[in-house]
Amino acid sequence: MRRSFAGWWFVAPALIVLATFFFVPVLAAFGMSLTDFDIYALTDLSNLRFVGFQNYRTLLHEPLFWKSLGNTFYFVVLGVPLSIGASLAAALLVNSKVARFRGFFRTVYFAPVITTLVAVAVVWRYIFHTRYGFLNYALGFIGIDPIDWIGDPKWAMPAIVILAVWKNFGYNMIIILAALQSIPDDLYEAARIDGASYWQQFRHVTLPSLQPVLLLVSILTMAGYFQLFAEPYVMTEGGPLDSTKSVLFYMYEEGFKWWSLGRASAVAFVLFVIIFAITLLQLRIGRREATV
Amino acid sequence: MKRSTLLVNAMLIAGAIVVAFPLLWMFSVSFMPRGAASAFPPPLLPPEPTLENYRELFSRHEAWRYMLNSALVATFATAIALVLNTMAGYAFAKLKFKGRERLFRILLGALVIPAQVTMIPLFAMVKGMGLVSTYGGVIIPSMASVFGIFLVRQYALSLPDELLEAARIDGASEWRIFRSVVVPLLKPIVITLGILTFLATWNDFMWPLIVLTDQKMHTLPVALAGLSREHVQDNELMMAGAVITVLPVLVLFLALQRYYIAGILAGSIKG
Repeated sequence: MRRSFAGWWFVAPALIVLATFFFVPVLAAFGMSLTDFDIYALTDLSNLRFVGFQNYRTLLHEPLFWKSLGNTFYFVVLGVPLSIGASLAAALLVNSKVARFRGFFRTVYFAPVITTLVAVAVVWRYIFHTRYGFLNYALGFIGIDPIDWIGDPKWAMPAIVILAVWKNFGYNMIIILAALQSIPDDLYEAARIDGASYWQQFRHVTLPSLQPVLLLVSILTMAGYFQLFAEPYVMTEGGPLDSTKSVLFYMYEEGFKWWSLGRASAVAFVLFVIIFAITLLQLRIGRREATV
Repeated sequence: MKRSTLLVNAMLIAGAIVVAFPLLWMFSVSFMPRGAASAFPPPLLPPEPTLENYRELFSRHEAWRYMLNSALVATFATAIALVLNTMAGYAFAKLKFKGRERLFRILLGALVIPAQVTMIPLFAMVKGMGLVSTYGGVIIPSMASVFGIFLVRQYALSLPDELLEAARIDGASEWRIFRSVVVPLLKPIVITLGILTFLATWNDFMWPLIVLTDQKMHTLPVALAGLSREHVQDNELMMAGAVITVLPVLVLFLALQRYYIAGILAGSIKG
């Protein structure tokens, strides 16, 4: 009896905080998305009106919302495969038996993960500079003309993808590396005895063994990439021509620039539903592939 | 040496140069005199190293203020999160109480909800509590986390029950057992959680941007984002600003790398 009481005392502080500052706001976000919550309601709640699904209907007819949704999908579709590809390549290299100084390389590759996003976005904005940036200078050596990375609507999002891949690939690399190290050596041994080449070993031993962990990292990375915000905020301010405005950026402006907090809540909820739906979809596809 | 050995190591070195270059260049440019970095071809090393950019940051732009804000916010958030998450994680692993399993499953389910969903109502709440532009307002979302509770619980599951029972038979209170038996045994995971929380709150951007409307209260990332909009052309100054933002976490990470990576691996097994 005493112990059952003690357990509650131990979890109570964390649960109260989570309930008050996480679970209640999640429900409140849905509630707010059904109202015209604005700056007047922020000072006096009696100014609040229930509007049903009006905010969601308005969003459907708002070109900028669709544009930001499209931009975010573009970022995810381009960024997630590139990130995971880079993570996988780095993990394979660092895990290679012939590699030297593996600990050192692992640390170097991982370092961008822990850096402050705002700071490295400032650094990359300079690297992307059309005239003085290092990237165009380096590209010049292989005969590529200077690209207006930040100023050209065609190139601004790819520039953000480059930053995101550089910043994030080390995280999944660590997870994939751990999975690689848990593949039993006998599997490779058996494949070698059967005369399998390096490529065949990779294709028939490594990749199938990594399948669950690749599914996991793709779900986590996808969910993270849908929450794109600081990169465009610092590097491009959503421009040029709104080509890097993400859904969260749109939500931020609706909420804290125009103070339409009701509509901003609706944006947040739409984003949540999209992430949730795509996660379920990935899980289902992943499970079906696993049973084949 | 075999060709494959050469190839793998060459690729590792090439990759390391590409990955490390932005950070190395950031350091180098931060010591260049004003305007030196706006040149073609881009200079790799400062012609004559100077501390002028750092001096300007700390004197004219009051960088010490933002550094202090960041340090205080990250320290307070980490201290509170450590206490709350460790207590809860231990209880979910080792103390029996009614509804424990169901409660834990609900918490895990909440991991799929992105924190941004809560930000707008949370801002309204923080405003109602009069905590806009205060340290209290910034640390609110980091005080307890499902991930942190999960991390501690997984680790605490391996604590031997006999040890806790022995302490109980000796008549120690549950709080006493937690303080003098459990916490010392949980030390590795507490360090892991501490560094994860500290780095996350130091690097956090969106919530501090929303809730810290008073410039005096800005944390380093928020201040740097604002400064970089006003000083788009001052590359040397901006690189110095990036250095003072990144350097503390970089040093902390290099010192405690083992614990940080342990945290990532423990967190990814939940799938």
